[in-house]
Amino acid sequence: MLDVVNLTHTYGSGPEAHRALGGIDLSVPEGQLVCVVGPSGCGKSTLLRSIAGLVRPTGGEVRVKGRPVTATPDDLAVVFQDYSRSLFPWMSVRDNVALPLRRRGLDRAARRTAAAEALAAVGLESAAAKYPWQLSGGMQQRVAIARALAYRPSLLLMDEPFGSVDAQTREDLEDLVLAVRGHHRMTIVLITHDIDESVYVGDRVVVLTRAPAVVAADLRVDLPGPRDQIGTRELPAFVHLRSEVSRLVRGRPEFSMTPSQIDKE
Amino acid sequence: MTVANGGRLRGLALRLWTVPVVVAVWEAAARAAESVYFPPPSAILARLRELWFSGPPARLFLSDAALADFLPSLGRMFGGWALACLGGIALGVAIGRSKTLAGYVDPLIEFGRAIPPPTLIPLFVVLFKADARMQVATIVYGVVWPVLVNSVDGARYVDRLHIETARVFGLSRAERLTRVILPAAAPKIFAGLRLSLSLALILMVVAELAGSATSGIGYELLYTQQNFDLPGMWGTIALLGVLGFLLNSSFLVVERRTLSWHRRAGRTK
Amino acid sequence: MILSRVARGAAGVAVLLVAAEVAGRTGLLDTQIMPLASTVLAGAAGLAADSEFLHDVSATVEVWAEGLLLATLLAVPAGVLLGSLPRAETALRPVIEFLRPIPSVALIPLVALIAAADGTMKVTVIVYAACWPVLVNTMYGLHDVDPVAKDTMRVFGFGRLAVLLRVTLPSAAPFVLTGVRLAASVALVVAISAELLAGGEGGIGVYIVRAGSGYRIDLMLAATVWAGLIGLVVNALLVRAERGLFRWHAARAGVTQ
Ligand SMILES: Nc1ncnc2c1ncn2[C@@H]1O[C@H](COP(=O)(O)OP(=O)(O)OP(=O)(O)O)[C@@H](O)[C@H]1O
Ligand SMILES: [Mg+2]
Repeated sequence: MLDVVNLTHTYGSGPEAHRALGGIDLSVPEGQLVCVVGPSGCGKSTLLRSIAGLVRPTGGEVRVKGRPVTATPDDLAVVFQDYSRSLFPWMSVRDNVALPLRRRGLDRAARRTAAAEALAAVGLESAAAKYPWQLSGGMQQRVAIARALAYRPSLLLMDEPFGSVDAQTREDLEDLVLAVRGHHRMTIVLITHDIDESVYVGDRVVVLTRAPAVVAADLRVDLPGPRDQIGTRELPAFVHLRSEVSRLVRGRPEFSMTPSQIDKE
Repeated sequence: MTVANGGRLRGLALRLWTVPVVVAVWEAAARAAESVYFPPPSAILARLRELWFSGPPARLFLSDAALADFLPSLGRMFGGWALACLGGIALGVAIGRSKTLAGYVDPLIEFGRAIPPPTLIPLFVVLFKADARMQVATIVYGVVWPVLVNSVDGARYVDRLHIETARVFGLSRAERLTRVILPAAAPKIFAGLRLSLSLALILMVVAELAGSATSGIGYELLYTQQNFDLPGMWGTIALLGVLGFLLNSSFLVVERRTLSWHRRAGRTK
Repeated sequence: MILSRVARGAAGVAVLLVAAEVAGRTGLLDTQIMPLASTVLAGAAGLAADSEFLHDVSATVEVWAEGLLLATLLAVPAGVLLGSLPRAETALRPVIEFLRPIPSVALIPLVALIAAADGTMKVTVIVYAACWPVLVNTMYGLHDVDPVAKDTMRVFGFGRLAVLLRVTLPSAAPFVLTGVRLAASVALVVAISAELLAGGEGGIGVYIVRAGSGYRIDLMLAATVWAGLIGLVVNALLVRAERGLFRWHAARAGVTQ
């Protein structure tokens, strides 16, 4: 479904140049949910934007369904990290969710129904007629998720999609993504900095290093499904995986020498 | 309901009390001065009625002369304004969205808008023989710049993430234009449209004064001048002021409606 | 980057000029009606050494500058007064709102009858037209002053006048200058309109009317080129003054109407 081959990207040039991606290799089969974790500023968003065809990488290649990405691929949806700026303030919440569905060849009534369903799924059925700027940050984020889910893309990219919601809603949204993925066989790349979350929702967790980012580790998550917010998180395998990812994200102990961290390990 | 209305009326009275006071002082001063050049407001009003507002009530009191003067003037003004708006928005959005195009035409725009529009009237007179085309050409040339410049600005600074969202969700070029770029640029564009509407009134008058028009409000102004009809001149000027006020206020109403999302979004953030 | 922008701009101008020239030479445009671009440019160059035209330019610039100066001298104190006396402002606002939309050019025939001298007529109309942007922007600037800065001064025991001089006026100054810049281009439009409509001893408008009656379209266009250049220079100077004087004023905002 998705192949990333030796992807490099450098912002700017000359002395100002910043090398964000240092050669990333990643291959995602259809229907898989991959979580990408890594330290802040390492280049996760840059990777996602390259996959979406919004950044023209300075080296390497991205292929979606075997075709090299030069412009934005068809049948793709993105939940941007900056979700509030990606909603259109001149449209109601319902219209924001329904707008992309025109591509799906739905008529007006069908678009409205699909938008209403998606909004209900994220618990916002009562906000449909409101405007994005009348909602809280967390609500806006859920609108952005509803828009992406309603579109039913075959490839869904999410950049820290649950960052602004409370813990309870966050768990509900995690389960929602899992359910929708199961129903519609989407391939999902989900960026997060919550390590628990990456292990809980992912089939696989890819850990990136600091910039210039390369893949530090690529772990299979072998937890029995269906997942359950309480039960799954208590499994010894879950706890073990979480600690492993945590160690990898922090870097090897000999590189991060603060005593408190060594103590914990 | 009635309480609210009463409150509003009182508010209006509190805001507007100076208007009758100023008019009364003017009346008294003009009567005392007895100058032919400064007729009292009552004389101006009477002349205004005689000139234009002696028609039947069913026609809003507009007389035949009023229809013969107002309709051509306003027709040319709105015609020129509408042409300039369409052209200015289309061209402006194209320039705003293309850096390359902007590079080529920026100096031309800067120069074109720096030319005071009346400068071109004698040229248009020679080219178009002082008929309605010359007046419309003057108005179009004069009012297109605020629309153009504001549309360029509005279209250029559309939030990049808005455009990227539209691309990612596969919106077609036409949808991107009508659903994303135009609404995002609308606040700027409307500012340009409003500015150009008041400019259009000014240029309508200049063009009629300069082009020896045979009808219209500007023509009436010249006619009263030649006949030394000072109340008529003052009245015509007052009428133009009222017209400008009405144009601006009605445009503001439309703008508030269309851009309500923008105003309210600004207030909550 | 900058070089390529300049190159593109120059290319745009060149393409337009060459297209006009070619259209004229191939007979696509009747040169009787639309003279060749080269003829117009040569005419414009010739005007730079034409003492008659220079006299006309200086006449226009003179009434323009006089009107703009007078309007500023009138409107800034009036704006400061109204801006610092809220009651006076509420009382006079409707009067202002009724006077402002009167198209200043409509006053030209009336003032031409009343004023004896031609120069007085032009300056009067220019002052009328130019004072509104200055007045409105001054009032706006006075409202925009940071109340914390004012309170700080008051807390230290400064009187109203001191607050006005040390806080209010300096922070309103950028808005005033924006108003003056807008007024400058309005004043130029009105000056030329007055020359077209009422003639007079000299002025760019007078020159163009004269050239038109002699059917010298090339000279009309050449003079128009100069009018545009003057407009450009005036605007560039005022924009530069704004930037240079008020670098600290990050948002050089203002009201355009
Ligand atoms: N448009 C840009 N121009 C220049 N540098 C950029 C640009 N966008 C990102 N960068 C730099 O590239 C690096 C990676 O940015 P990126 O947004 O991909 O990080 P991230 O991993 O998503 O971080 P976070 O977890 O904070 O979202 C950062 O150091 C950032 O400063
Ligand atoms: Mg990021």
